[in-house]
Amino acid sequence: MEEQLFTIAVYTENRVTLLHQISMIFSRRCLNIDSMTVSACSIEGVHKFTITCRSTRPMMEHVVKQIEKRVDVIKAFVLTDDEILFQEVALYKVPTENVVNTDIEEIVRKHGARVLEIHPEYTVFEKTGHTDEIKELYEHLKPLGIRQFVRSGRIAVTRSSREFVDEFLEKRSADRDK
Amino acid sequence: MEEKITGSEILIRALADNGVECMFGYPGGQIMPVYDKIFENPYGLRHYLARHEQGAIHAAEGYARATGRTGVVITTSGPGAMNLLTGLADALMDSTPLVAISGQVGCGMLGKDAFQESDVISSVLPVTKWALQVRRPEDIAPAISRAFYIANSGRPGPVVIDLARDAQIGMAVYEKQSQPFIRSYDSDPQPEKETIEKAARLINESQRPLVLAGHGVMISGAEKNLAELAEKADLPVGCTMLGLSALPSDHPQYVGMLGMHGNLGPNINTNRADLIVAVGMRFDDRVTGDVKKYAPDARIIHIDIDASEFDKMIKCDLHVHSDAGKALAALLPLVETGSHKEWRASFDQHRRVEEDRVMARELGCASEKRGMLMGGVIRKVCEAFGNDAVIVTDVGQNQMFAVKYSRFTRTRSLISSGGLGTMGYGLPAAIGAKIGVPDRTVVLFCGDGGLQMTIEELGMIMEYNVGVKIVLLNNNFLGNVRQWQHLFYKGRYSCTPMVNPDFRMLAGAYGIEASDVADISQLDAAIAEMRDSRGAYLLNVNIDETDMVFPMTPGGNGVDEILLNESEYYKPV
Repeated sequence: MEEQLFTIAVYTENRVTLLHQISMIFSRRCLNIDSMTVSACSIEGVHKFTITCRSTRPMMEHVVKQIEKRVDVIKAFVLTDDEILFQEVALYKVPTENVVNTDIEEIVRKHGARVLEIHPEYTVFEKTGHTDEIKELYEHLKPLGIRQFVRSGRIAVTRSSREFVDEFLEKRSADRDK
Repeated sequence: MEEKITGSEILIRALADNGVECMFGYPGGQIMPVYDKIFENPYGLRHYLARHEQGAIHAAEGYARATGRTGVVITTSGPGAMNLLTGLADALMDSTPLVAISGQVGCGMLGKDAFQESDVISSVLPVTKWALQVRRPEDIAPAISRAFYIANSGRPGPVVIDLARDAQIGMAVYEKQSQPFIRSYDSDPQPEKETIEKAARLINESQRPLVLAGHGVMISGAEKNLAELAEKADLPVGCTMLGLSALPSDHPQYVGMLGMHGNLGPNINTNRADLIVAVGMRFDDRVTGDVKKYAPDARIIHIDIDASEFDKMIKCDLHVHSDAGKALAALLPLVETGSHKEWRASFDQHRRVEEDRVMARELGCASEKRGMLMGGVIRKVCEAFGNDAVIVTDVGQNQMFAVKYSRFTRTRSLISSGGLGTMGYGLPAAIGAKIGVPDRTVVLFCGDGGLQMTIEELGMIMEYNVGVKIVLLNNNFLGNVRQWQHLFYKGRYSCTPMVNPDFRMLAGAYGIEASDVADISQLDAAIAEMRDSRGAYLLNVNIDETDMVFPMTPGGNGVDEILLNESEYYKPV
């Protein structure tokens, strides 16, 4: 079966050990996590893990069920790129002396980037976009000598008009009142 | 306002309030404040001192499996906690409710490689349903309440509470907890009406239905529902190993055990059925054989409380997400009175072949060589106890023969390490079972290999007068590995022959009555003596090392490709 990039969205309670509980489900199956971003989400007290991983759909569906089985996990979803809006952010640190002779405005306009800081020694660019767009800017800046480069994990929201986690929590809230 | 008490006392009170009567454990440096409370025995909690933490946790498992209640084990930090890992993994695989409490060093020393410190939570997460470190005394009561709720609801499993020294010695007010509500964890999913109706339709339309009953039937107390459904719709029922005793062995709908060493009928007919109704079981690879060849003609209904089991091994046509009891109760009024006389008779044909070709020799007990045969010895022992004992097994040939040749009349009568296959499980599990159900006879069937893995627990039998009847099927070999070496490794018995101690003398050293049965002529009298003895007893039976478990579905075979003996496949008509 063909492998492809999947985005796994996991909603959990905000507790110690959740990261371990989720990552061990990947490591047990020798699945390499491409990126992982953890943050608060729109629901108070709920944390969202956004994980990308190359694998097959059956494997990812299996993994998501195993994740959801953990007591403190609220919901987990397997998503493909067509189902989500997603972004990454990258920072590029370049020697200012190499930048002064180039058309910074042109770079910024062409790549939809912005300049975060210009220091006598270094200049930092920021770019938000998809992986390939971030790579494009990297290639553009490469001749100038990139001193530091960092790219975040993917963050994503679904294109669905339904919010399944809210619906689930509403149902559970009703269960509690019963 | 109530006065403050130590965290250790809070723990004991919380255990008592969660219905705990007894616990199995082993003290050590970082759990001493708790043991100091146990010394006072303020709430009538009994503590059983194991001889090794692994023994303690298997005893807690045996207790839980025999009673359905949560087993409790308590240990110190570091090595004490690490020695629990095997038992935790075992309990997770076999859905056994446990709460394990481990002492931990003081918070200020965590992560500094303190004496007897280990990262308990990270170590146990893969082998527990839930785990939590508690650092403050006021957090103990809520943590214990949550632990018991999680351990013994939904699909049961082991929970670890890692109790830092600060929590044990700190002071707080004890507050009795009500049952927690955990929004992320639905412990009691309800079967959907449409799904149940569809399942009932499939059952009503089926010509060749087969029910596969697993451990979930007993966990949810659905034995009666299962029997009623099977009787009403005339459904044959096969049991997984952990599902054994959910129906009495002589129940007319019962057709035998499933799996690699199961009975011919249910295995052959799995691949002839047009409908499989899997109830509280998980299609273990030992049950399915090669999944690509599994149940090709059948539609499959899978009833399970654990949604992660759906389509994990076998793609099913219908998932009923609830416990077995609720699903079967909902199905019962919707299934029609059925009759599958011919289909059921086909199981009898296979059974007769198995009785003639495989079982008859075993039941004779007599080997052409030296020693006796396991199946016959087991059947005689079970009959001596009116087929009413709780049967506990170790792992290996002793286990396969015990589950095949025992007869069951009551539920919760088989306690065995199924998923993990943990040698050394038997003796401590039997002790825990006997403590849990003291009015029942508990018989342990074990081999010489497994017994020696936890033989130190004879000390628990001695200290607490635990009346376990131990039947040692002694072939001076690691028999199951020997069987595979014989069949698949050209008889190269690598590291499987064992030089053994004098087990009768060893039992004697612990004050346990024992006898050696060297020859079949002594067998009946020795079994009678064991039956009539008041307390624990060890029967050391001389077994023919060439005795092998059949029928057998070798790995990679389909469930219906079954060896009757080492050279002949079963060719059903």
